[in-house]
Amino acid sequence: MMSEKKTVRFIITRQDRPDSPPYEEEFEIPYRPNMNVISALMEIRRNPVNAKGEKTTPVVWEMNCLEEVCGACSMVINGKPRQSCTALIDHLEQPIRLEPMRTFPVVRDLQVDRSRMFDSLKKVKAWIPIDGTHDLGPGPRMPERKRQWAYELSKCMTCGVCLEACPNVNSKSNFIGPAPLSQVRLFNAHPTGAMNKAERLEAIMGDGGLANCGNSQNCVQSCPKGIPLTTSIAALNREVTIQAFRNFFGSDQV
Amino acid sequence: MAGNREFFYRRLHSLLGVIPVGLFLVQHLVVNHFATRGPEAFNRAAHFMENLPFRYFLEIFVIFLPLLFHAIYGLYIAFTAKNNVSRYNYFRNWMFMLQRLSGIITLIFVTWHVWETRVQAAFGAEVNYEMMANIVDNPMMLGFYVLGIISTVFHFSNGLWSFFVSWGITVTPRSQQISTYVTMAIFVALSIVGIRAILAFA
Repeated sequence: MMSEKKTVRFIITRQDRPDSPPYEEEFEIPYRPNMNVISALMEIRRNPVNAKGEKTTPVVWEMNCLEEVCGACSMVINGKPRQSCTALIDHLEQPIRLEPMRTFPVVRDLQVDRSRMFDSLKKVKAWIPIDGTHDLGPGPRMPERKRQWAYELSKCMTCGVCLEACPNVNSKSNFIGPAPLSQVRLFNAHPTGAMNKAERLEAIMGDGGLANCGNSQNCVQSCPKGIPLTTSIAALNREVTIQAFRNFFGSDQV
Repeated sequence: MAGNREFFYRRLHSLLGVIPVGLFLVQHLVVNHFATRGPEAFNRAAHFMENLPFRYFLEIFVIFLPLLFHAIYGLYIAFTAKNNVSRYNYFRNWMFMLQRLSGIITLIFVTWHVWETRVQAAFGAEVNYEMMANIVDNPMMLGFYVLGIISTVFHFSNGLWSFFVSWGITVTPRSQQISTYVTMAIFVALSIVGIRAILAFA
């Protein structure tokens, strides 16, 4: 019975420095009702003693919003990458295994450096340029139906789970991964954003871009926000096919 | 096209796998199926293919060059993946892994097969029913051929599925699902054609 359980056991993969080897450390902490992985990690931070009773350093992790919208607290929990804020202890098999998302450089313990995703967003121009030297006025209106559709794509929080799940995002490849690709679809769908559509498409036709997708479709299975990532990728495949034809054979649609 | 090399190579790889390599595969399996009608029927069909006009041109540009590019670039693609089916036990992830595995098996099989048949023909051997019958007389070789054929046909059929996604033809999950059924039906059908043919030599 869950309610009779006195303690919660954790096996945490730790790493002291970015370049030092990882090691495992076990923790056993008192159970409280409605705990999640974050509150358990907070308990370890409050009293950093491992399962052997030895004093140790507090486990390092990242967190921010605590309601699964910021993506900062992503880690691999019992083998699957997800947010630790919505990982409820009562729903997890014990001992609970926590690991960092190794697709990204590990900073320390469970903290990783997700910079590559933010660099990718810059690379694909995942924004709408509206600044000018004078007032450009209101942009074209967006139909409500399309806004609702685009909202689903805008839920991406750059958490990195899809990159962690993707077999083609690894140290041997420079694939930018599903998240930034889907953002291209989002910004190209926007009436003002569409003005820079070709630029974004050409960015993902570059090295490490869209064509590196191998269709394992792990991303869409793993996305905590249920974003239709593989539909985005296939839709972009169609767009870049047309763009490639335009570039080579010529088109007035610049 | 500067800076677009990777995109171009990937798309070329995807295209060549279907046209012409995939089409050649289907043609090859169909011609081999003549073996089920007896040695004479097979020899006639093989002889017809052998005497096609522009034979060397067709062999080089329809078979060998596209196949070579597809194989070499495919190896690069296969070895840049970090397979993770144990952690992400999903159907498409398995197909992703099997596509790479079958690609490597197919490359080994096709290399051996070309050496045993086309290269020997260049050295003066005659490609006919007897040649194949002698090869698959060895049960080990028959097993290798059956595995090779199934692997090749799987790689083609599942590759066709990826082709439709990569070129933006099947976009919705529903169309991709139907595409899975259709390509797997092609896999079964072509496997029957190929296995019937090889067993006709045994």
